[in-house]
Amino acid sequence: MPLLDESVRNEVKREFADLSGAVKLLVFTQEFECDYCAETRSLAEELSELSDRIEVEVHDLLDSKAVAEKYGIDKIPAIVVLGEGDRDYGIRFFGVPAGYEFSSLLEAIKMAASGDSGLSPEAREALKELKNHVHIQVFVTLTCPYCPMAVQLAHRCAVESELVRADMVEASEFPHLAYRYGVYAVPKVVMNERGSFEGALPEKAFVDHLLAAGS
Amino acid sequence: MAKLKFLVSTELGRAFKEGHPYDLVIVGAGPAGLTAAVYAARKKLEALLISKDVGGQTLLTSDIENYMGYHYISGKELAAKFEEQVKKYPIDIAVGEEVVSLGRAGEDFALVTASGKEIRARAVIVATGKRSRPLNVPGERELVGRGVSYCAVCDAPLFAGKDVAVIGAGNSGATAVVDLLKIANRIYVVDIMPEWRADPVLVERIGAAGEKVETFFAHEVIRIEGKDRVEGIVIRARGGGDEVKLPLQGVFIEIGLIPNSDLAKGFLELNEAGEIVVDCRCRTSVPGVFAAGDVTNVPEKQVIIAAGEGAKAALSAYAYLIGQRR
Repeated sequence: MPLLDESVRNEVKREFADLSGAVKLLVFTQEFECDYCAETRSLAEELSELSDRIEVEVHDLLDSKAVAEKYGIDKIPAIVVLGEGDRDYGIRFFGVPAGYEFSSLLEAIKMAASGDSGLSPEAREALKELKNHVHIQVFVTLTCPYCPMAVQLAHRCAVESELVRADMVEASEFPHLAYRYGVYAVPKVVMNERGSFEGALPEKAFVDHLLAAGS
Repeated sequence: MAKLKFLVSTELGRAFKEGHPYDLVIVGAGPAGLTAAVYAARKKLEALLISKDVGGQTLLTSDIENYMGYHYISGKELAAKFEEQVKKYPIDIAVGEEVVSLGRAGEDFALVTASGKEIRARAVIVATGKRSRPLNVPGERELVGRGVSYCAVCDAPLFAGKDVAVIGAGNSGATAVVDLLKIANRIYVVDIMPEWRADPVLVERIGAAGEKVETFFAHEVIRIEGKDRVEGIVIRARGGGDEVKLPLQGVFIEIGLIPNSDLAKGFLELNEAGEIVVDCRCRTSVPGVFAAGDVTNVPEKQVIIAAGEGAKAALSAYAYLIGQRR
């Protein structure tokens, strides 16, 4: 049985009607599939059926070690969203992007297709000042209505700046990470292991945190 | 494993014309604001819907069983259906923008957003809803995001197998308990009142869970303890008695709501609770400014009531604008 029902499929088709470039979804799983690994793979495959611009490549975390290392994949399920010509913008999803995060996956696909971050001119200008690499991890639950704002903003920053990598991390699928980073409320945003904050901040405040983390 | 759901969009858009005089600006996109938007669009008003998020408090409710037309629907699905209906109409929508002030600008009204943008309107509907009321006990503020939560539906999955407390035995508290039943190990319910104030159907559902839920009625929370994260709460029976410490990892505070009426302070008449005072046509103390939903003094905070009030506010605003044109 497909994960996406008829009405969701139709809505997604509308969202994908004007994808401007090709998108590749790299899905990482393993032979003995983890919780939600099968669902994550099926989700990517079902999405690729809804647009001829989307291609899916499934990798086994252990068998495709080199590929996993190249994209910094250390846990599964994972999705890497690549743009035209396999361009890596730094968009990652760890855990199944269902619930509210489904919209983040759709946004990421549209962004990778266009290569446009959609950030405000001020934010784009500010991100040019970024000096060092920043790894953003946005911890979410699938029932959190405010989380996609943080995830999508992080992904926008990743598309805008080559120095940024942004991960969505579904907290309940990775309890060890939730414990390590003290995730007791979502969204929780961790930047370069050091700075962290809770809540979906407006664009400017988010970018300010990012600049501080990468200074 | 729970059945996965897939929600397509939470972002309606963010375009609006800065400084441009709209016929009507609707502030807030919960049930009241979204319904007002549909009614305004059908009257062909040039309208802007502006809000921090879409769905308002509906998003924080997992199950809704009393919105007509649906026996059962989750809050997010109902909000998504509202949103879908609004999207069918060509009105401007700005999501992610918070309006921080509202005042006069000549014959029009001026609204200023947190990001410093100014919007002009000939009429305004304030539908900004309510937010969680804090407990105001020691430890609470320090431990927000470290075990203290005001969003059970968001944060409940982080407390798998943990012991938690729900403060408040009204409908929101009972709903939080129901959400946590499948997740937490043990749930303490603390309320200053002597019994549940929630709908009996919810109380029955909690009763069926047996010993997993322990109630401390007629008790008050003295403080929340913990260094880097919540380690327990201290409670005491009202009217005296010994302090009791409950060791636990999560505290969900559900003791009611406060109106998001800051933008209207000093401009519109508010009641003692901070709610915007409206008449039966949703008119506020300032002609041309209307209000609807939970932010107003209209009794009973329900999705269906907020939606109805939103419709009424839009129709009243339309009548006002027609009157102005004459």
